[in-house]
Amino acid sequence: MDITTHTLLTIGFYGSSISLILIGLYAALVKKSLLKIIIGMSIVDSGINLLLVSLGYLNGGTAPIFSPTVQDTLTKTAKAVDPVPQALVLTAIVIGFAVTAVALSLIIRLYRHHKTVSIDEIKNLKW
Amino acid sequence: MKKVLVLFLLIAIGYYLVDVFSVIPFGADRIPEGNVRDFYLEKTVTDLNVPNTVTSIVVNFRGFDTLGEVTVLFLAASVLGSILYRRRSHDEEKAVLLPSSKIVASGSRLLFAPILLLGAYVFIHGHLTPGGGFQGGVIIATGFLLMLLAYKDYKVKHSIIMWVESLAGVTFAGIGLVGLIMGKMFLENFLPLGETMNNLFSGGVIPIIYIAVGFKVGSELTGLLYTLLNEKGE
Repeated sequence: MDITTHTLLTIGFYGSSISLILIGLYAALVKKSLLKIIIGMSIVDSGINLLLVSLGYLNGGTAPIFSPTVQDTLTKTAKAVDPVPQALVLTAIVIGFAVTAVALSLIIRLYRHHKTVSIDEIKNLKW
Repeated sequence: MKKVLVLFLLIAIGYYLVDVFSVIPFGADRIPEGNVRDFYLEKTVTDLNVPNTVTSIVVNFRGFDTLGEVTVLFLAASVLGSILYRRRSHDEEKAVLLPSSKIVASGSRLLFAPILLLGAYVFIHGHLTPGGGFQGGVIIATGFLLMLLAYKDYKVKHSIIMWVESLAGVTFAGIGLVGLIMGKMFLENFLPLGETMNNLFSGGVIPIIYIAVGFKVGSELTGLLYTLLNEKGE
């Protein structure tokens, strides 16, 4: 792998995940609609997951799935990417999904009560 | 004014994130020998005879964590049900969905069975291929979502969902308890590992647990979508 591809990969993975985090934070902080705030939180989630998975990457590494044709599994072991962040991100995705679902149900409940999802018009949220 | 403040905050956060990650080289082998990664990769082959390392970590090495994760999903489903619960009053029945066209309706009916089959394939082969219980369960839930969107009066029976979910959960926890009875650790493997690697019937308890997780996630997500879609507009 030459140096330019590597730099591109670095900028691509780190840059895109950091910008996803920032875009999500912007949406969550600036937008008035509760639904858009939830979407922003989900985008932050995706950015963090991408960041964690890309931290486990290894140059020239393969997926951590062995095949029976590979006889010397240990030499292949040395070249597989880190499976631990992938397993953790699998957990994080499910938890993020659960959080989003509960937040959406709370929004539905708020909408029933106030007939709006705008945080400007829901006076109880003002402080 | 608020937007400017937020932009300043984001620039500060972004600057420090970039500053931190510019020090960490992308794709370099940073961790020393004898680390967790090599331990897992080696034990997956020698002790568990399973090709997919991520599956073996999720179900076997960190099985207790996965049990907690499944519990969180169950908690989300039940919280959703209890928050959105209200007594049915028929005067406010109003459909959220518009009636779908004939093409969408028949297309969904055609695709429903293959989607379920794909989901089942993904979670049954969770220990061999990239995939697993959570992914397979989500695919199954998308099949039900398609039917729910295409047919306005498509009903999913809550009692069936509840039974499938409970049985799958009991299977997961029960396998852990059987491991305790056999004199191993909670959720430790107690079944034979199989002769050849990459065989469907190999890996001990991993396929059984992943099938249970697949059923549980699929039924939970289906129930969740059903609850949210049946929320009548006012």
